[in-house]
Amino acid sequence: MSTRIVSNIQKFTWKRFFLQWEWMLIALLVIIFTINSNISPYFLNYTSITDATMTFLDKAFIVFPMVMIMIMREIDISVGSTAALSSIVMATLYNAGVPMVIAIVACLLVGALCGFFNGYLLVKYRELSAVIVTLSTMILYRGIAYMILEDRSAGDFPDWFSYFGWGYVGGIPFILCLFVVLAIGFVLLLQKTTIGRRIYAVGSNPKASRFSGVKVDKIKLLVFTLAGLMAAITAIFLTSRMGSTRPNVANMYELDVIAMVALGGISTVGGKGKMLGAVLAVFVIGYLQFGLGLINIPAQMLLIVIGILLIVSVTVTNFRVTRKAPQRKAKKNQAKKVS
Amino acid sequence: MSEMMKSINLAKLGKFREFGLLGFIVLLSIVIQLLNPAFLSPGNLTDLIKNTAILSILALGMMLVLITRGIDLSIGATLALSGMIAALTVRAYPDLHPLLAILIGIVVGVVCGAVLGLLVSKVGILPIIASLGLMNAFRGMTYWVSGREWVSAYQMSDSFKHIATSSILGINTLVFIAIIIFIFFNYFVNNTVTGRQIYALGSNPDSAKISGINSDRIYMLVYTLMGGLSGLAGVLWVSKFASAQGNTGSGYELTVIAACILGGVSINGGVGKVTGVLLGAVLLGVLDNGLPLINVSPFWQMGIEGAIILIAVLFNTIVKKTVERNNLLRRVI
Amino acid sequence: MKRWKLVSLLMVFVLTILAACGQETGSGESSEGNTSDGGGEAVTRHAIVFKSTGNPFGEKLMEGFENAIEEVEGEAILRAPEQPTVEGQIQIIEELISQQVASITIAANDYDGLEPVLKKAINKGIKVISVDSAVNGDSRMVHVNQADPEAIGRIQIQATSEMIGGKGQIAVLSATSQASNQNLWIEWMKKELEKPEYDKMELVEVAYGDDLRDKSVSETEALLQSYPDLKAIIAPTTVGIAAASKVITDKGLQGEVVVTGLGLPSEMAEYIENGVSPWMYLWNPIDLGYLAGRTADALVEEQITGAEGDTFEAGDLGSYEVVKTEDGTEVLLGDPFEFNKDNIDEWKDVY
Repeated sequence: MSTRIVSNIQKFTWKRFFLQWEWMLIALLVIIFTINSNISPYFLNYTSITDATMTFLDKAFIVFPMVMIMIMREIDISVGSTAALSSIVMATLYNAGVPMVIAIVACLLVGALCGFFNGYLLVKYRELSAVIVTLSTMILYRGIAYMILEDRSAGDFPDWFSYFGWGYVGGIPFILCLFVVLAIGFVLLLQKTTIGRRIYAVGSNPKASRFSGVKVDKIKLLVFTLAGLMAAITAIFLTSRMGSTRPNVANMYELDVIAMVALGGISTVGGKGKMLGAVLAVFVIGYLQFGLGLINIPAQMLLIVIGILLIVSVTVTNFRVTRKAPQRKAKKNQAKKVS
Repeated sequence: MSEMMKSINLAKLGKFREFGLLGFIVLLSIVIQLLNPAFLSPGNLTDLIKNTAILSILALGMMLVLITRGIDLSIGATLALSGMIAALTVRAYPDLHPLLAILIGIVVGVVCGAVLGLLVSKVGILPIIASLGLMNAFRGMTYWVSGREWVSAYQMSDSFKHIATSSILGINTLVFIAIIIFIFFNYFVNNTVTGRQIYALGSNPDSAKISGINSDRIYMLVYTLMGGLSGLAGVLWVSKFASAQGNTGSGYELTVIAACILGGVSINGGVGKVTGVLLGAVLLGVLDNGLPLINVSPFWQMGIEGAIILIAVLFNTIVKKTVERNNLLRRVI
Repeated sequence: MKRWKLVSLLMVFVLTILAACGQETGSGESSEGNTSDGGGEAVTRHAIVFKSTGNPFGEKLMEGFENAIEEVEGEAILRAPEQPTVEGQIQIIEELISQQVASITIAANDYDGLEPVLKKAINKGIKVISVDSAVNGDSRMVHVNQADPEAIGRIQIQATSEMIGGKGQIAVLSATSQASNQNLWIEWMKKELEKPEYDKMELVEVAYGDDLRDKSVSETEALLQSYPDLKAIIAPTTVGIAAASKVITDKGLQGEVVVTGLGLPSEMAEYIENGVSPWMYLWNPIDLGYLAGRTADALVEEQITGAEGDTFEAGDLGSYEVVKTEDGTEVLLGDPFEFNKDNIDEWKDVY
């Protein structure tokens, strides 16, 4: 069955190539750039465009694993709390005299551990859905962060730590460089490797792929651990940008991330969507927000614009999916008969 | 045949689970009572029940949404929007009958819910994403209609504020409304065809469609009902606290979903009982009321709440597994 | 083909929204553009960033700021993130830096968390001041303080003592445990309580209502249950004081438990009139915003540098002097204003 799903990838035609959602996002990006440079004289210059990425890329690291998770029909809403907890642990350890490098490693470990715990619960108790588990851990992880730091803030990091959030590599923000490198890595991981194909297989038909020998549990563990790890990376950048941290940081990041992934064309109804789409969506939302910010649009208008953009774009994606749906349904029925 | 077996097992399971939850609540209450004797005083219990009324109204609506494998993240924003519009109307027309104010809130909520229902049923957007988008839009609209101001206590008529403080048949109106809705839901999901269809659709959408259930109609129904209840809750909220703010109920959707999950509603659809959801809401109510009473550090409250929710969820699952295994054994014999 | 029609239709829809938004605020911008073309010199733009949107105190603060800036013929930019977060404020400040505004006035969501981004602004030549809730001394030029935290803390204890006859249990209902303003005031309350004349008053608990109505109500109820002899609740935050007063009103405990603290007159009018709160305090947010706007202008016009001893004229409010504090310098608006039955009527419609 898994081989059949893999062969689901259609043959290449130019028409199909240009009908991809990613082109739509690129078009959207071009439109946003055009409008932004028309409405604000401050948008179209190198510093603005690169510095803007510093403001929205921190949470974008979580987008990578979230794409995989949502392709597998799961979700992780604990990532914001995971980021908060890892940030707090890092700052607390450093303030307790641990060298900064070790504190950063601890931050990554805590993040990965939080993610692993989510994955472990999901694998151990298969009938639990990811919404339940991550909703509970969302409260729990942030709760632990409050227990550790109470009403204090922690910070006073060494000067070099601010490089993460504020530094440049030859004129390009460090965060942008790392994001691009990781984006290439994750695109390759999802689109070109066996693990990636298996993630799609699980998303298309979890039961069938389990029967056909895909190690669903291992993949789930891996992906959720990655989500925790990326949340920790987000925590490092966020903490570096703030220079200090509190238990209430990264609040509601999960919803922003899910919005980016959804705009990226990832539909959770069955293993559809590409990493590249989500990466583009990060920039679409980021620059849209930045542009509207440059003309000082009130916060409530921004909310409405982003909400409508999300719904409209997903509606479009959805029409693409539903057109292909009968085909898939037929396959599903077939699969049922086989099993 | 096997479907029937399953439903019988589920019925048994449901009962067992609720006793588990009830036991958990009783245990928790005893612990709190030992630490602070004021907990089980009539005064405090009245507070507890009053504070849980709005939560349980919303949780009942959310139960139906979750049963159809959906989710609604927009209810906090819907609650704020309808509460705000009702409050603005009351401010402009102080003589407005309170029932009309409630009606306005419900109508706004129903419209919000219907938009979501349309997006989910006709357009086919995933509920989590559609409601996430609408959450932003409704919240933005709340700030917009209010001109980013609040409506304060002195700007509301006494009759409007009395909605939450008055009583019907000796029962506080909030609690009375919650009881009416509870009775209605209990009847609706257990005794009506539509009610049963919601469960059927949730436990197996494909076969439900084949057996002639109009799934679009059901989706529309559950989301509109949820919207209407959020609208009602919005008016009650504003009346209870005598203030309407733009950020009212921000993040409340997660509390409501948590109440449903604790009550044994499965996110995977098809499972969930009215009494369970009520118990789930009560458990959260006990936590909210009890934790401040036992002098636990405010910084520990969230962690304790998270741990208790996680333990309750795992407890439920383990109980379910054990029961299922026992049933299987019995079948072999 | 049908699908493409739909896609393009939706694209047009999105575009219209974007264009509409662009136009809405764009129109304000264009007038500024005109003047800069005509006069040869651009209008100076001053920005204010409040904690979160839809907060009446913040709206009035920004109104006062706008008044001051209009008087000096500048352009005011009013911003606030949707949620009261540091992250949201950092993003807005970056946007303001890109717009090359002349000054940024901030009511901070965190004392330290904005330091890097504000330092970046200062390095780009932007004047930075904080108002209402401060940022640390390194990341601002001057702080515009509504009232001395020590005075705010002490006066609330003095008022409470007067209300309850200097005897009995009292409790504090604060905002979030993270709110630096409130925490500082509570510290001063505790210090005032150490004085011998308050020997018979006992602070039994500091509860946190997180500035949420439902949480503030259940915290108040818990206080009343746990301490049946409670005589007073001090709530130095609008949501908290209004929620506590509502609970006391509903339970019919007028006269047995008094509520005081800091709150908006509009929110508290009801409870001052019914006697639950004999009086409470606040400063005038419009004046505070006005003073902040004037301070920003004085900095940009280089009348002051934000150093100790600088003096400047703040329009209608008269002359002000920059004074030194523990961390940086500040301008002090004045003493908190007392709201009681006699004056609440004239203020409840103002803010």
